[in-house]
Order: sequence, then C-alpha cells, then structure tokens
Amino acid sequence: MGDPPPDPEPRPQQPSSRRSSQVSQRRSRELSHLPPTISEEVPRIAFDDRVLQSGQGILASQNNFQDWSSGPPLTQQENLTMFQAEEAQLGGVEYPSLNMGFQPQPYLEEGGIQAARNTSLMQQLQQGQGSLFQQLDSAYLETQPNFLGQFNMYQGEDLQFNQGAPHGPYMRDDPALQYSPSELGFMPFSVEVPEPEPRELAVQNAKAYLLQTSVSCSLSLYEHLVNLLTKILNQRPEDPLSLLESLNRTTQWEWFHPRLDTMRDDPEMEPTYETADRQKGLFLRSGAAGEGEQEMEEEVAETAVPNVMETAFYFEQAGVALSSDESFRIFMALKQLVEQQPIHTCRFWGKVLGLSRSYLVAEVEFREGEEEGEEEEVEEPMEGGEGLDAHAEEEGEEDEEKATDVIPKPMWKPPPVIPKEESRSGTNKYLYFVCNEPGRPWTRLPHVTPVQIVQARKIKKFFTGYLDAPVISFPPFPGNEASYLRAQIARISAATHISPLGFYQFGEEEGDEEEGGAGRDSYEENPDFEGIPVLELVDSMANWVHHTQHILPQGRCTWVNPLQKMEEEEELGEEEEKADEGLEDVEQEVGPPLLTPLSEDAEIMHMSPWTAHLSCSLCPQYSVAVMRSNLWPGAYAYASGKKFENIYIGWGHKYSPENFNPPLPAPIQHEYPSSPEVMEMTDPTVEEEQALKAAQEQALAASEEEEEDEEEDEDEDLED
Amino acid sequence: MDAESLLLSLELASGSGQGLSPDRRASLLTSLTLVKRDYRYDRVLFWGRILGLVADYYIAQGLSEDQLAPRKTLYSLNCMEWSLLPPATEDMVVQTSVVKGRFMGDPSHEYEHTELQKMSEGEKVFEEEVVVQIKEETRLVSVIDQIDKAVAVIPRGALFKTPLGPIHVNRTFEGLSLSEAKKLSSYFHFREPVELKNKTLLEKADLDPSLDFMDSLEHDIPKGSWSIQMERGNALVVLRSLLWPGLTFFHAPRTKNYGYIYVGTGEKNIDLPFML
Repeated sequence: MGDPPPDPEPRPQQPSSRRSSQVSQRRSRELSHLPPTISEEVPRIAFDDRVLQSGQGILASQNNFQDWSSGPPLTQQENLTMFQAEEAQLGGVEYPSLNMGFQPQPYLEEGGIQAARNTSLMQQLQQGQGSLFQQLDSAYLETQPNFLGQFNMYQGEDLQFNQGAPHGPYMRDDPALQYSPSELGFMPFSVEVPEPEPRELAVQNAKAYLLQTSVSCSLSLYEHLVNLLTKILNQRPEDPLSLLESLNRTTQWEWFHPRLDTMRDDPEMEPTYETADRQKGLFLRSGAAGEGEQEMEEEVAETAVPNVMETAFYFEQAGVALSSDESFRIFMALKQLVEQQPIHTCRFWGKVLGLSRSYLVAEVEFREGEEEGEEEEVEEPMEGGEGLDAHAEEEGEEDEEKATDVIPKPMWKPPPVIPKEESRSGTNKYLYFVCNEPGRPWTRLPHVTPVQIVQARKIKKFFTGYLDAPVISFPPFPGNEASYLRAQIARISAATHISPLGFYQFGEEEGDEEEGGAGRDSYEENPDFEGIPVLELVDSMANWVHHTQHILPQGRCTWVNPLQKMEEEEELGEEEEKADEGLEDVEQEVGPPLLTPLSEDAEIMHMSPWTAHLSCSLCPQYSVAVMRSNLWPGAYAYASGKKFENIYIGWGHKYSPENFNPPLPAPIQHEYPSSPEVMEMTDPTVEEEQALKAAQEQALAASEEEEEDEEEDEDEDLED
Repeated sequence: MDAESLLLSLELASGSGQGLSPDRRASLLTSLTLVKRDYRYDRVLFWGRILGLVADYYIAQGLSEDQLAPRKTLYSLNCMEWSLLPPATEDMVVQTSVVKGRFMGDPSHEYEHTELQKMSEGEKVFEEEVVVQIKEETRLVSVIDQIDKAVAVIPRGALFKTPLGPIHVNRTFEGLSLSEAKKLSSYFHFREPVELKNKTLLEKADLDPSLDFMDSLEHDIPKGSWSIQMERGNALVVLRSLLWPGLTFFHAPRTKNYGYIYVGTGEKNIDLPFML
C-alpha cells in the first residue's frame, strides 16, 4: 500500500526524532509501558529491544508520525492516528492527567474493552514483527470491523448518526456529527479505505498539522479545539459566536488551572470561613442549654441593648442605612458587648470609615460604681504634643564666660496642662467601644484629653482602621489613632447630637449649682414630652436642640482656669511671674449652654449647618423628620413622635468650605545670639592697611623724635 | 449600578451608609424602566445622588450598545421626572472650576463669581471686575463628567472589545477571583483610555487587547487615593475613592455583581495629600 518510510530511524529516542513533538514522545513512552500490562512473561527490555530493533510496525509508524508534515503515505498515517486514538482511550482510563479537558463519560464504559482491544492489537503487532508493512496493515484492516462494531455499540448517544452512516467515510467527517472528542479520535478507523484519495490525504495532513503541539506546552491546537467545542456543546450558550473568544480563553485557562479536588481548604477562602465562624458565636444564645424560657423572660424584662433594628428601620426611611443584614449583626455584637461589660446604657453611635478597615462605635455608660476598672492612667502625653511650640523662645543668654559645653536650659515653659475632664462629665460623659467587624472583640477607647481635642481640630487625617497606628501629622497629634478617633467622636457628638425640643429638660434640683455660667451639664428626660409634629420639626430649626455639651476652644466642656493650676505648682516654678504675665489676660471661654436650639448654630459660609427634610414627600403623614448635618457630612438624626436617634456614618472629618491649610512650620531658631562680641570683623582694605601703616610709621617717627628729645633732654641734664 | 439590579446593588453598596429610602427605590425602579423605553437606551445605570443644601439631585445614565460611547446623563429631583443634561464640554469644566461650596439643589440657581478681566480701550489697558453667572445645571454637568472620568470603575473582564471596535458587556464574566479582587490592577476606569497609549511596549506586552483596553486604577495619582476593603468576611470587596469622597464601588468576587454609586456633595477632596 504505502511507500516504505523514507528514512527509518532505528531508535526513536534519538534527538533527531524528538524534534517532532511531545505527543510522539508520550506515545512512545506509553507504548513502552504497554508490554508489562499486556504480556507479562516477556521482559520489558527484551520486548522493547525487539520492537525497536526490528524496526518495523510501530517504529515505522512512529517515524512516519514524526515526518507527517512532509506528507507520509496514507495508511501509515492512519496507523498513526489510530495509535493516537488508542492513546487517548487509554489515557481516559489510566492517565487522567493527560486528558483533563476531555469528557470522561464516554470513555469510562469503554475502558475495559479498549484495554482488551489493545491487548489483541499488541499481540498482533508482536506476531507481525519482522514481517512486511502490508502484513501489519492487513492486520489492522482485519481488526477494523471489530473496532467499528465495538465503537458503535458503546457510543450510545451517537448511535443514530453511526447507524445512519455506518461505513460512510466522508459522512463522519461532517462536523455536525462530531459529538465528543472520543469520536474524533476514532475517525480514522471509519475512513480506512484501501486506496487513498487526494482529498482524504489533504484532510489527514491537515489534521496532522493541527495535532502538532505548541512550542511552549504540550497542548495541541487539535486538542484545544476539541475541548472548546465540547464545552460549547455541553453548555449550549446562547449566541456562541459572540462568546467564542472568551470561551476560548477560559478553556485554555482551565487546561492550565485544573480544579483539583483535594482535601485541603482553599487558602483564599480561609478568612471568609473564619469570619463566619466568629460571627456564628453572635447568633448562639449565650446560656442556651436548659432553662430557655426562664431566661427569655428575664431578658425580656430588662436589657441595655438598644433596639438597633428599629433605629435602622427609621434611618432606612431617611435614606441613611447600613443594610438590614449588617444592622442585625451590629445588633448582635452590641448584645455581646452588653453581656461582657457592666453596661447601664448602650447606643449604636455609628460607623467611622477607615482606609483598610472601618470602626463600629458603641456609646455606653457603665453602671454606677463599675468604673474605670481597667483604665490605666497614661500619664500625660503632653510632652509629645508640645514639641511644636517649643521653639524660638530660647533667649540666648549663653554664658560665654563659662566656656564649658553646658547645654543651655530652655527658658520656655510649657503652657499649663489643662486637666482632663472627669469621667461621666463633659467630653468624657460616655465610654466608647469600637470594633472593626461584628464578631470581633470590642476595644475600649481611652478618655479624651483637652489637648487632643485642640490638636485634632488642627489636623485632618484618614483613619487607617488600626487603633494602634500612629497619627503622623503636622502639627503633631498627641497619641495614636485610638486617641484621634476618640477626639473626633467627642467633636462629632458635641456638634451633631440633637433631639426634639422638650424631649430633655433640666433637672430641677440642679438649679444654679455650677457657678461660672458654663451652664448646667445634666438633663433628664421630660416625662411630659408629647412629641412635636413632624412638619414642624422640618420647618423650624428651633424645634431641635443640642443635648451634648459644646466643647470650648480649650478642649473641655466646662472651663478651667489654667492659672489656678499654676498657683498650685508655684513652689516648683521660678518664673511663675512670667507665666502669669502671659496668662493674665486669659478670658473665660463660654460656649452655648446645653439644650441650645439649632437655630443658634453658626453658619458655615452663608450656608445653613443643617438640612431638614421629610423622609417621604409623597405621604407626609407617616413620614419621619430627618436632619442632615452639613458641618459633619455623615451625621443624621431622625425624629418621629417620641422617638429620635442620631447616627454618624462617615469618614470622621468636618466639612470646611476652605481647603485644609496646615500651619506653616515654625521659624528657624537662632543658633546663637548675634551681638558685637561674636560678630566677625570685616577685613581691612589695602588703603586702610596702608593708612594704618603710615600712621604707625608716623607714630614711630614721632616717638623716636620724642626719644631723641628725651635723650637730648637727658643729655642736657647730664650736661647740666 | 445597573438599574435592573438596583435593589441588590444598593444592598451591597450600603456599607458606607449611603442608601435610598424605600419610596425612592420604588420610584426609581419604575421611572428608570420608562427612561430606558423612552430614550431607547441599551442599559440604564443609576449613577447616584448629589446632596444639595435644599434638595438632592438623583442622577442616571443611559448607555448605548457600545459601552464606552459617551453616556447620556439625566437628573431628577424627585426620582420620577427625568431631564436630560447636555454633554460636558471643556469650556464648562473651566467655567465651573471657580465655583466652590455645596450644591443648592435648584438647577436654575446661579452662582456669582467675580473675576478680573483685562479690558483694553484704545491704548489703555485696565482691569475690570466682571460678575460671571454660572448656572448650577452647568456645574452639575461638569461635576458628573469629572467624577465619571476620574473614578468610575469597572472590574477587569466585565467589558470586552469586539474585533470591530465596539465594546460590549462580557457575558462570560464570572467575577474576579478573590486574589485578583484585592488588587487595584484588576479594576479599570470606566472611560476611554488615556494612559494606555503612554505605556511602553514592554508594559503592554502582557495585556490582552480584548480585555485590557482601559486604564487600570493601579497607577492613579495621587497614590493611595483608593481605599480597598474586604467586607462581610471577604464576600464583598468595596473600593472607596478618597479623591471624590462618596464614590463607592462594590464587587462580590466570583459573581457578576458589581457597580458603583456616588452619594456625596459633589466636591473633590483637594486636601487628600495632607490626609493620607
């Protein structure tokens, strides 16, 4: 039939024969693997030797395979492709890694048969060793009907096609009939005709060309197309043409990123599962075991947990909401917090966004007596805060006479430390707990100091989401991010916590206790409060009042005279008079008293600090009044009937119509005091030098004359 | 965010507290459907909300078949009646750049800006104060355009370029993988590429021309102008622009859900370099 191979190479392992492709190498490897499974009585090496050295059958076909692109004879080409098909079949059973992209289903049932068929084939091959190609070919031809029979039997789903054209060589080439890669692999069997026709030859050549593996990987275009078409036929997407490119890409991707079915967890998913695990704790009832109902009753009776869901509902009406799912998690997290801490009242303050994490803030009040347990008094972080001011005032009375390197003592005295407000008063009225995500532990924020508030007003920084992160800013902020967060919370609370007029009233007995006009600092709920109609709340700012104390420029809610403190320390200071001079004109700072209506709020550049609107303009009867702060974007308040609530969700920055302008660095200090003693003299000019020289000479001459005169005088005296 | 999946999208984007009240949501769903029919848009995006002192602007955008073609922008004050905004021009941007402060919520409101103009009368050249009136509508157009150009985001692979040029929605987009979702390089500016052609051949070598045809967020200036956060235990990635605070982009990895919404005052954060 076909011509003998043009140049049969004796050993396929030679490099020259490897050039063709990895497929052929793989095939030869597999062929060498086959014998042990087939005929165990024949030692593998011997068999290999026989196969290789006899140089017929397989070898010839392999050589042909390697040279296919140069147009090998048809029959050997067919042998070849048949081998390839067998390999694919075998691969389906024994080497799963080889055809991951192939559909496994068609193969599985065939596996056993294929193996059996291969055995017989190999036996025939062994018999035919040393004989002519014709014999080999005829052996294939003899087996062919069997193969086809088997094929038709086991390709159940394609039965109708195969029955329609059981032996039609060209019908099977029709792409419409190709159904699965296995069939494509079998194609050569059916087109086995004694006399090759030119068209068929071309088809075979084309296929052989497609079977070439690419340079960089062991995948051939043929296999890839098979995978791709299989995928399209299995998934049946709508309008496949438009998807072709992306399908192409995903198929290729899948080939290289097989989805491995391993016991190991996907490391990427680890944090997700961890979070879910952590949050699971929130949803389990704490003391769940036996006495369920009893506990339930107790809990129903009294709890400090706020009704977050109700608040979330009203804020959703207002168009400011975390999703209800998130709200519920926060609710559960607050419940957890109340269980862990001796909390009297608790409120969801809001959410402060950070760069990599956000903070959920809870505002709590401890029960009487349970206070400050774990709070360690960090002793005055003042020094850090005032480095910036320590400039320029160093009057340089350096004692030049001493001449030793005594480090000059700065004459500057730090301004008096303004004491922090007591807990339960002023800016430290409440305690704040923060956590990054529901389920994570709550962390308590430290009390805020006046200097922190003063400095926080001067800077504008994003929160990172890590409480211990340093705040790198100018002017420097005393403390880390926890302190900065606490300072901002205090500022936001003071500016944006509002309630309808009349909800709170001043306690009667507290009358005028507070001297100094800072106003009363406590209030109580008004039991007679009837609620203000929503429309009135929206119409007039006077119906809303601040119920958090204004923070004075000093950083406290109640003013403290820094001078008094100085007097206490008088015995220490030497320059107290000087300091007193500086502070003498300190005026008492007065802020608006508690429960001041919003209508008194200062305007920001001709714009009102609050925007009021109805939650739903379509049916005002049932809507709630919503206040939006323009000064602190993200702060909202709602009121409806007797209910009201404040929330803040934002970046924690105050709105300013002007750009943020960091203060300029302080002027450079003088290195030394400039006085005549340390001034360098200017060099004399030539004229000056000459003049000096002349003057000196003159003086010299004059003195000589004088001497002469004196001598003369002496002489005269002597003479006398 | 897609108007059709508005409810889910709002839920996913709610981490920044920017929601819509139920009545707004319902009316948007109704009216945007009608907008799509009346203006014959291929897709309608709910773009967001610009908070004014008196009222808020609700903004929607209509997209044609080619996703990167200039978008039509509509605004509404009550979520029902939509009015088409003119396309932004260079002049508008220049003209409105002098306006500062918050939006009012009234499109016919006029900002007054006095500027010095050089007048020449014969030989004399003198400066004269001229009061320029700038309509808020113009400012609205310009701000929306600026935000769109600066911070509109789309995940890589959500759009693909067809061989003939138009850009279509990629139907096979199945979401970014988790590891990709954490990188800024997997997100693109949803606009005509500007930086892409300035890249060197070496940088372009690894790009897939049908997917990487837009600028990625990776090299945005200033560096660090995006906050990228994983929420809900890695089930949601949220990008927040620090340059235009209020813009939130969300994407649930390995799903097709993605989108962005702007709810803010319409002011750029020019203090950003001091705040990082």
